[in-house]
Order: sequence, then C-alpha cells, then structure tokens
Amino acid sequence: MAVFPHPLLPASRLQPPRFDYAPSGLTALDRLTGGLPRGALTEICGPPSSGRTSLLWTALATAATRQETCALVDAGDAFDPVAAAEAGVPLDRLLWVRCGGDPERSLKAADQVANAGGFGLIALDLADIPSRILRRIPLVCWFRLRRAIEGTPTVLLVVTPQPVTGTSAALVVEMKGARGMWSGAPNARLLVGGVFEVAPRKPPHREAASFLARTAWAR
Amino acid sequence: MFACLHVPEMPSSQEATLIECALAFSPVVERTAPDAVTLEFDGTARLFGAPEQAARRMAQHAAAAGLRARVGVAADPDTALLVARGYPGITIVPPGDEAQWLAPLPVEVLVPPPEIAFKLALWGVRTVGELATLPERGLAERLGAEGIRLQTLARGRSQRPLVPLVRSDEFEETIELEHPVALLEPLLFLVAQLIRQLCERLRERALAVHELELELALQDGSKHARRHRLPVPMLSSRSFLKLFQLDLEAHPPRAPVCALRLHAVPAAPRSVQQGLFIPREPEAEKLELTLARLGNLVGEGRVGAPEAVDTHRPDAFRLKRFVVAEARSPGPSREIAVALALRRFRPPRPARVVEQEGRPRLLLAQGVHGRVVKVSGPWRISGDWWTADAYAREEYDVALADGGLYRIYRDLVRGGWFVAGSYD
Repeated sequence: MAVFPHPLLPASRLQPPRFDYAPSGLTALDRLTGGLPRGALTEICGPPSSGRTSLLWTALATAATRQETCALVDAGDAFDPVAAAEAGVPLDRLLWVRCGGDPERSLKAADQVANAGGFGLIALDLADIPSRILRRIPLVCWFRLRRAIEGTPTVLLVVTPQPVTGTSAALVVEMKGARGMWSGAPNARLLVGGVFEVAPRKPPHREAASFLARTAWAR
Repeated sequence: MFACLHVPEMPSSQEATLIECALAFSPVVERTAPDAVTLEFDGTARLFGAPEQAARRMAQHAAAAGLRARVGVAADPDTALLVARGYPGITIVPPGDEAQWLAPLPVEVLVPPPEIAFKLALWGVRTVGELATLPERGLAERLGAEGIRLQTLARGRSQRPLVPLVRSDEFEETIELEHPVALLEPLLFLVAQLIRQLCERLRERALAVHELELELALQDGSKHARRHRLPVPMLSSRSFLKLFQLDLEAHPPRAPVCALRLHAVPAAPRSVQQGLFIPREPEAEKLELTLARLGNLVGEGRVGAPEAVDTHRPDAFRLKRFVVAEARSPGPSREIAVALALRRFRPPRPARVVEQEGRPRLLLAQGVHGRVVKVSGPWRISGDWWTADAYAREEYDVALADGGLYRIYRDLVRGGWFVAGSYD
C-alpha cells in the first residue's frame, strides 16, 4: 500500500531541504558540517567558557572577508567591540543592537533585522539569558525567525546556553568543556588561549572536533 | 524659438502661477515683466510638437490654471513679447518677418519712457512701423541711446539671451491649523500631506531628499523640531512618513500642534551599479526604517556600528550611526586566526575574592563562584589621572575549578574586586 505524506505538510517539506553553506571560518567545524547553512537557523549552544563566542566572532570575521554585512543582536550586552576588532571582526560592517538583557526585545529586534533583508549573517546572542527563561519562548518565535530568512542567503546564528530552538534549527552545534592554555611558571603564568570541543548535534554526528582559540597577545 | 506668455492686467498674486505654467514647457524661463514671462523652447518639438502646437498647449495650460494668456512666438524674445502684448490670442512670427508683424502695433507696446513717448506723440509717430522707418542718426541725436534701443526693437532686430529665473532651492511646505491637533494620528495625516507635496516637487526636479526637518509650532508658543539625516538620498514618501511616525511616537510634542513646517535638503538621487560578484546589501530605505524601529525598541544610542575610542581605558567604545560600508569584490578566502573571545559583564559584577599570598584563591560573584585553580597577573593599567574620572586597576585572568575562564580586577581608585567578563 502506498504511503501518502501528511496532507497538511507543505510540498516544499516533502524533500529534505538543501542548503548552500557558508564557511564558518572554523576549519574543524566546516569539515564536519560543510559550514553554516544559508537561509536557515543555526544554533550554537554550550555552557559559559565553552567557546561559543569565539566561534561567533570567527563566523563574523569570515563573513566580513566575503564583504557581507552582519548584524549582532546582543541580548546580554556582552559584546566587546575592541577585542572583536583585534580578532578581525570589522566594526564598520557590523550592526550592533544592544538589548540590555531583555530576551523578548532581542527576539523582536532579530525579527526586524531579519525582515530588513540584505544581511549576510545575523547573530542573536542569548548566551547570558538563563535557560529557564529561554525555554519559555514559544517555538513559533523560532519558526517565525526561520521563515524570515528562508530562501535568502542569510546565515542566522543563535547562541544559547542550551538547545532551545527545536525543529526550527537546521544545524545545532554543541560546544563543550574548556581547557585553558597557559604558559610560564606557576607563579608567572600567562593565559594564551583555550581549547574547545565542538560537536554537531543536528543533524546527528558521531564525530566531534576541537579547536584552539588564542588570546590577542598570543596570536 | 522663444515664446512669451502675457496676461494683461494680471494681479501680482498670479505671477507664481504664470511662472509655473512656463516652467512646465521649458526649464529656461525669464520673468520679463510683472505680467509676462518668456521661455526658450528650442528642442522641445518631440515633446510639444511644432511651434503652433506648442503655443496652443501653452495657452491651454495657462487657461487650466485660470489665466487668459496671450502667446507670442518669435525668433527673439523681445519680438515675442511685443506681439504678445500687441495681438490677442496666439501669434506666431515666422523668422525674418518680425518688422512686418510689428509695424501695425501701437508704439505703446514698446513701453517707451514718458519723455520719449511725449516726443514721439509730438512728432506724430503712432505705430511701431513709423518708428522703425525714422533715420537712425537723427533719432540718436534727438532721443539718445534709448531711442536707438526702441528702434532696434521696432525693427525686430533685437538680439539678447534670456536671463533665466534661478529656481529656488528651498523645499519647504507649511500648514497652519485653525484648531490645534493633539492626537498623533491626525497629525500624521497632515505630515503625510506635506511629505507628498514635497516629494512631488522634488520628483519634478529629479531630486531626492538628503535631510528632512519637521518643525511643529505648539500651542504653548514653543517649537518642537525633529530632524532626519538620511544616509543616502531617498525619495520615498512612505518611508519618510514611517520615519516621522516612529520618531513622533518616541518623541511626542508636549502640547497640541498649531502649525507644521516641513523642510527638505535636496540632493542628487543616488545611482548604484551592483556588481555580479558583490554580495547583496540591505536596501538603504528599508535599513533606515529598520534602524528607526530598532531605536524605538531598544532605546536611542543602543543601535549602530561600534567604534573604538582613542584611549586605553578598558571597555571604551562608542556607537556611531550604522551605514552600509561600500562593498567590494570579495578577495581570496584567507584563514582567520580563531581568537579567544571575551564576553563583557556590563556593568562589571562586584565580587568577593579570597586572597592567599597576594593572589586570588576563591572567587564569589553573581553567577560566578569557585576555587581559582590557575591565575595570571596582576596586569596593572591606569590612566586619565589628570581628570576626575581616573582609572587604575590590577587585572587577573583566572581559571576556576569548574573550567570557567574569567577576567577579574581590583579597582585601585574606588576599591573592591570586580568580574570584568568571561572568556568564551
């Protein structure tokens, strides 16, 4: 007996979506996932000091080398422009929206930016918002964000402490455990970087990769 | 060819209308007399047809504006003016026949000075043709240079360029209200009307808007002015209205509005040549609206492009207006060195630090607590000691037992420990 698809399923969803991928700038991650999907939502989740922001800055810097305009909707007001500029993030190509710790306002701002169109990368940084608050965000909000960029070349990155975007994310990357890299004797140490582990969770992937992020004075 | 539009006994209030009529047919228009304008319309045959058709359309256009204009067409502007004054309706003077057409007209059409008019009357010179036939030398001896000028006009031999009107570059629209408006919606209705009129005027001149200023005269006698400086010249009345709507919602006037004045600074419209390999950018009009909406949502001064400040003070930056940077063709892809990012806590979180041998051993702050297992520092920085806002601090990079990496500092000016941010 032939199996018919669900009658309410849109025709566009009958086939698994195919995305164009933009390099994230992190070779280890690009090797596993092919890059960051365009026109889709990518979630980067992990605890504090797990390398989420280092990955975000690398993606912003890489997008700028492609001459793309980027936007950062910063829920926790945690972006450090001076350090980011040293890391290669071009500030003149970056629209920074400081939301002062309000997740609802951040979602609205991200929606406005996504609907404006023309941005190569939009990052919604919710890393400082507690998971219990993020879990209260209705799934329809993420779905709406995804719909706003669907069919466009925009990469939408959402940075969270735990996975919250559900089925709306085309790619979920989990960041794990930090290991600080130090140099020098015990009483004269210098932080030179951190080693972080990155593991794609959606689509499921058995492999994980690690990368080293260096401090400005050790690069 | 030149055409003259002459309206006998025209009230001065209709002068602007007459000029607008002429400007509809040519950009080169001279205000020849209070009741006459002359325009050059060479090269407009494809638009308005032969001189006869063009003259008829001018007369119709003037009639539609409520003016009963006489139209004179000739190869020189003075003859065009004289036939417009002398003949009713439309008069076309073929080139070379000027003297013949001017001859029967009364000498008053030349508007001679009173003393010359008196002498001409004494001599029995009644028509333009009679003046044209007088001997030049005798006329010069008796009437001087003015007499020769009048005779040149009478012979249809005047040769002079037009002195075109310099069109005002002031783009301003005003409305004065009989009853003050206190609600935003009716106010926006009036603003929309002003914007539409202004955009129409600018469109006629192929101009766009670079800056818009809305000035509201309030019932309490004060003024409420809002200014929008656009990143690129635009001409979208819908966008302008939305910008003012968002702006007035965020900054409402404190009293009912009695009068509105909208002023635009014009600029040449922008022309953009997109490259095949240049990535798409946000559209200027859409981006401007988005920035205004974001400003309303998160507050002024919280949206823009970050910019480093020329100081060593930690976390010093400012936000400037976001303008899409000019895109170039992407260069060859290059490897980006992955940088360890620092997430700032704004404001820095006050902390309790237990020290051992002068080095942090235990850190307690909101959301950050644990035993310090590794520490780097102190790194001393100070500056602005010559101002009241001096800073001096000892910074440490610490690793906590749970794996967290933080930057903490001891404030040497105000005292106390703080967590500046986390490495992530």
